[in-house]
Amino acid sequence: MANVIFRHRDVENIKELDVYLENGGYEGLKKALSMTQAEVIEEIKKAVIRGRGGAGFPAGLKWSFMPKGDVEKYLVINTDESETGTFKDREILEYNPHQVIEGALIAAYAMGAKTVYNYWRGEYMDAAYSCEKAIKDCYAKGILGENIFGSDFSCDFHNHFGAGAYICGEETALLSSLQGNLGQPWSKPPFPAQAGVYGKPTTVNNVETLANVPPVMVNGADWYVNLGTDQSNGVKIVCMSGHVQRPGNYEVEMGKVTYRELIYGEDYCQGMLDGKGFKALLPSGGSGPVVTEAALDSVVSFEGLNDHGSMMGSASVIVMDDETDMVWAALKMTHFFKHESCGKCTPCREGTFWLEKLLQRLVDGRGTEEDIKKLDRVAHQMQGKCLCALGEFAVSPAISTLKHFMHEYQAKVPSAMAVAAD
Amino acid sequence: MIKEKYAKEIESLFSRYPADQRRSAVLPLLHIAQEEYGYASDEAINEVAEIIGCDPTHVLSIAGFYSLYYEEEVGKYVFEVCNDLPCALRGADNIIKMICNKLGVQKDEVTDDGLFTVKNVMCLGACDCAPMMQVNLEFVNHLTEEKIDQLISDLRAAAKSGEDKPSVVQKILVQTHH
Repeated sequence: MANVIFRHRDVENIKELDVYLENGGYEGLKKALSMTQAEVIEEIKKAVIRGRGGAGFPAGLKWSFMPKGDVEKYLVINTDESETGTFKDREILEYNPHQVIEGALIAAYAMGAKTVYNYWRGEYMDAAYSCEKAIKDCYAKGILGENIFGSDFSCDFHNHFGAGAYICGEETALLSSLQGNLGQPWSKPPFPAQAGVYGKPTTVNNVETLANVPPVMVNGADWYVNLGTDQSNGVKIVCMSGHVQRPGNYEVEMGKVTYRELIYGEDYCQGMLDGKGFKALLPSGGSGPVVTEAALDSVVSFEGLNDHGSMMGSASVIVMDDETDMVWAALKMTHFFKHESCGKCTPCREGTFWLEKLLQRLVDGRGTEEDIKKLDRVAHQMQGKCLCALGEFAVSPAISTLKHFMHEYQAKVPSAMAVAAD
Repeated sequence: MIKEKYAKEIESLFSRYPADQRRSAVLPLLHIAQEEYGYASDEAINEVAEIIGCDPTHVLSIAGFYSLYYEEEVGKYVFEVCNDLPCALRGADNIIKMICNKLGVQKDEVTDDGLFTVKNVMCLGACDCAPMMQVNLEFVNHLTEEKIDQLISDLRAAAKSGEDKPSVVQKILVQTHH
């Protein structure tokens, strides 16, 4: 197991400012403040911290897109963690809020942003006490507000609570929501770095991405580049859920740990629940195509599942045992996307409705061979036709289960069952 | 009227956003209004619109879009049970049925005593604690029949004695406002 983001996991009360300071807290920010803004961006660029929300876009490069100079700019933290099976940002922020505040302040300093909004999904309000307290304590100690640590850098930090909408994890939808509108994506350009919240240059970063920043500032980009693989530097928090013995968040060095080890390893989940056999896993919540036993020896990294037609994404691994009905699982995931489609693009709004309807019919034993074909057709017609990734990913449960588990679909068709019985 | 009751908190809420961007406070204000009126009632919608200075239609569309706002009356305690895949793999569908049976209601109905509503919701981001639910935004993890029985009886007792602890919205959006 790696120990970068969770290096303080065993430190009691790390959520308290004085404890965080005693454990090397805000040293990364102090170091950043002793450098120029351009030097900080260079260092983060060199470290190649790829976005941990799933898309993998390098944070330093993203920061470098922001206009230079004294214009109003914003940093927004994406704490709208809503992908099914994902619960890493909740743990990071609830147990160690200062790590994220510090990462955000380094980012804000580098880009010249004077305001940070932390956009939480409303359902995480219960996890926000420690962060609210952390903000208050930072203001009291001169770590937030005017002239941070006596420097010329001033920055405000505000929590903002959403109200239940997966789509707000998409950055332009999030920014629309932050402005008090419906959480619907807009067509890019303009990119947020050109015109984001309130029409001002804005960068949106994932919680886990920002949590990587303080240790990189302290230990240097070279240290970070030596962790992980060529294409996947550093560490990743993997959220393990479903039919495993010990569900939870596990930190791994990218490229060093396989999905099999995560499920069966002593340091990780210690095997399947009730000793059952393994059938399949979703590596990235509902958004990454399902994979089977054949993919278990792949490593966790951005490129690790390429050969199996899937992806690490946010590393929300949902494990299913050999008794799981995969058509039912596809229905569950598709229902999620139908519920969460924001309604803006017709292929997504209507397509997810039809996918669910067809899957429900098959699960209920009322489906036909034609329904299976139609499911595949509708899914492929949706692909590439929507503004944001939701519509793109919504087809993944249907398409990937059709690919690997066609026999389970066929067994659901009544006539097929009658034929099989003869 | 939340405008008077929470005047200071609302002012501090607005201070988080640029002065000409009052609309940004619509989500937190609706959380507070819903807490006050029980759901996103006409009163709640109109009041939030008045505070922001926008059309009530806009606030109504917001309340309809985001799943944490209730468009119809709900019980004092809302059991929002996750039955998304990770929770469903660990028995969430049966948990919902069990809770409904114990309370004698169907999903989305209110119990006769006005205390409970059961809803099923999408992933709440606590899949390591499945099956789970949130009760008025507070997470209740690793649900078992025993835990559910205890919770229902505790909440009935709290409602009877009128000694409710502060809600999550109270603690985060009202009390902590700096």
